Amino acid sequence: MGHLISSTLAFFTPRSGGSPNANAIDSLYKITLYIAIVIFVAVEGALIYALVRFRKRKGAVPAQIRGNTRLEVGWTVGAAVVLIALVVLTFAKLPSIQNPSNSGPAGELLASDGGVLYASAERRPPPNGKSLNITVTGQQYIWRFTYPGATRPDGLDAPYSYEEMVVPTNTTVTLDVRAIDVVHAWWIPELGGKLQAVPGYDNYTWFKIERPGVYRGQCAVLCGRGHARMIAAVRAVPPAQFDAWLAKQKQLIAEANLAAKEARAKLATQTGAGQVENP
Amino acid sequence: MATYVAPIPQLSARRAEREAQGWTSWITTTDHKRIGIMYMVTTFVFFCLGGVEALMMRLQLGAPNNTLVTPQTYNQLFTMHGTTMVFLFVVPMMAGLANYFVPLMIGARDMAFPRLNALSFWLLLAGGVVFYASIFFNPPEAGWTSYVPLSGSTYSPSGGQDAWIYLVHLTGLASILGAVNFYATIANMRARGMSWGRLPLFVWTILTYSVLIIFAMPVIAAAVTMLLTDRHFGTHFFDPANGGSALLWQNLFWFFGHPEVYIMVLPGFGLVSEILPVFARKPIFGYKAIAASTVAIAFLGFLTWAHHMFAAPLPEAILVFVMLSSFLIAVPTGVKMLNWIATLWRGTIEFKTPLLFCAGFIALFLIGGITGIFLAIFPVDWQLNETYFVVAHIHFVLVGGAVFTIFAAIYYWFPKITGKMLSESLGRLSFALMFVGVLATFMIQHVMGLDGMPRRVYEYDNVGHLQLYNLISTVGSFILAVGVLVTIVNVARSLKAGVEAGPDPWKANTLEWFTPSPPPANNFDVVPLVRSAEPMKDIRREVERRSAGSGRASAVTVPTGARQIGV
Repeated sequence: MGHLISSTLAFFTPRSGGSPNANAIDSLYKITLYIAIVIFVAVEGALIYALVRFRKRKGAVPAQIRGNTRLEVGWTVGAAVVLIALVVLTFAKLPSIQNPSNSGPAGELLASDGGVLYASAERRPPPNGKSLNITVTGQQYIWRFTYPGATRPDGLDAPYSYEEMVVPTNTTVTLDVRAIDVVHAWWIPELGGKLQAVPGYDNYTWFKIERPGVYRGQCAVLCGRGHARMIAAVRAVPPAQFDAWLAKQKQLIAEANLAAKEARAKLATQTGAGQVENP
Repeated sequence: MATYVAPIPQLSARRAEREAQGWTSWITTTDHKRIGIMYMVTTFVFFCLGGVEALMMRLQLGAPNNTLVTPQTYNQLFTMHGTTMVFLFVVPMMAGLANYFVPLMIGARDMAFPRLNALSFWLLLAGGVVFYASIFFNPPEAGWTSYVPLSGSTYSPSGGQDAWIYLVHLTGLASILGAVNFYATIANMRARGMSWGRLPLFVWTILTYSVLIIFAMPVIAAAVTMLLTDRHFGTHFFDPANGGSALLWQNLFWFFGHPEVYIMVLPGFGLVSEILPVFARKPIFGYKAIAASTVAIAFLGFLTWAHHMFAAPLPEAILVFVMLSSFLIAVPTGVKMLNWIATLWRGTIEFKTPLLFCAGFIALFLIGGITGIFLAIFPVDWQLNETYFVVAHIHFVLVGGAVFTIFAAIYYWFPKITGKMLSESLGRLSFALMFVGVLATFMIQHVMGLDGMPRRVYEYDNVGHLQLYNLISTVGSFILAVGVLVTIVNVARSLKAGVEAGPDPWKANTLEWFTPSPPPANNFDVVPLVRSAEPMKDIRREVERRSAGSGRASAVTVPTGARQIGV
């Protein structure tokens, strides 16, 4: 019986379990759901009762009631009280949803906050200021993830990946979400709520994964014909593996860039073009 | 002695204006009832087209990774479906019902500006034709919300997007002209004695609907004009690369879009407030509270638009403000639900089809209202918005709040419009199918959304039970469609061979039942003096009193000729 209730409840709740903010949203949702179920049963019950009990019968005389001020004021205040309770609950839960917590002791050893001075008040670093900051860029129809680790001052050689983001476990990951063409929305259900990627704006969120694994999601704002296939995945691995992956990724990108450079040079000699764009 | 007798001045017509016959009588008419009928028939045709688009989408989603339609076609289908249902069905259908019944309910002989009224209809039709003509070329595919930059010339170069813009312009203009007309009619042409406190609640909601249209429609007209000049004349209102803002569109669109929801459901609230008392044989519970909460909802409706943008980059102060204003609007809406149930309480309820649709409305709209509370809590909304949970929410609100009330109105007023009754058994069948269909189609969509299925996707992988959920939803949509078909059959059957209705088959409360069915061109020979919010009750009582006094039994129980009564 207990299992039945919990599985029914899971049926009617959002996905969670990947990150503390998703869990906090889930618990806020569940409290709202309990209140909603009570209201739903009470009002639908009253409706059905009225329809059955007061159906037309022989000899029944309809009561000519035009209203009842006390009752009407009563239920107006009652509705307001329920909503005020929900507001209070929301504000109680809000910090645990919005504010990133510090990385766990087993997390990635982040040297510092990178010394970046954030211009926006909307970006929320964890209390100790240390997070792995990844830039998520939406474009038709793929996600690009740019990791810290650039050596050039313009940051153009930062390691990146497409479609699958790799992150260390037990580490607070903050995301700067952007778009370069149309509006997209970043959403991995188990890692918290979605947020829009709007060209010309930065939007911020965070997550912290404890269990290694792959968490899947997809673009949530219509972005064109390929919208349904604009998928995303976050693969959480232990910090040591993450460092190895990042180093490997850097190496692969460097090799690919070198190969491209060579190919371009070869092409230039073959065709005799004087210039190659974007060397 | 010759006396000169001055000729008595006389009016003489050189020629009698020949009454137009056949189809020309329809295209030249300025009679509010004929215009109302044209509105209702036209918008019902669009409702069927929008319904077919919905069924095609449901067929595509009936199986995972289905290839019935291409991604392009799928995007066109949901764009056409949403746009049709909002701009070409619900809003103008309410205008059609109001056109026919507002003058009758307030004891007027026509609308204040009859020719303007005809113009409204023809502009609406032009908008629909322009929009649907695009199916022979390239229909729009950026969704009914047409977010920029996707709807800009770079990402939607086809003319379909422009057809969408012109549809918004033409139907918007039609709505604004109609709203001005309703406002002028209601403010100036009420029967003697019909004070604001005796105005039928449907008329109250149409008055509010008109004010909402007058404030909201110019905003979307401005927004689509900016989109048009961005697309074709080199402006950069929405282009972030040149100093424009992609968020500006979302703000402007939803500043219109949220009041639009109330434009669509408030008249439905009015219909329910008219129909429930008639079949419960009880006065409406809390007339003043319902009228006042209608006005309160309209005002608050302009403060909540950004709850459609909780996931957009907005300052937290806005998120909090909009959550609070959205909660605030839930209070008057919730109160109305309780008023309706209290109207049924201790009545003697006659289960005629209009009442069934009203009861179905309360049951379904409650679900949409409750899920609205979830969506107003912005952290929860971050999980739910842009998913099938929202699709379910808007359909419970709009199918419950608009479609079911419109069907209640069809069954309630068809006898007045045509003089024929609709079949009760077909009506009940239609209601049962539609009610079950709505629950089957949309209940399960909440779960699909919670499981992570975004809206507006043409295909999905079978993760978890998504295949089963989608199949249930698809089957449900076809049950719903059959329910609608049954009503179409019912209407066709009754037009041919319906039972005569008489002027007042339901023993109703408002003045439209005072004239014969269908009403004559001038509506009323004599407009009665209104003494309460339920003038027909007073008239029936007066008729009973007089016929009892004079001994003439039941000679005038049917108030066809107003002259006989002279109340």
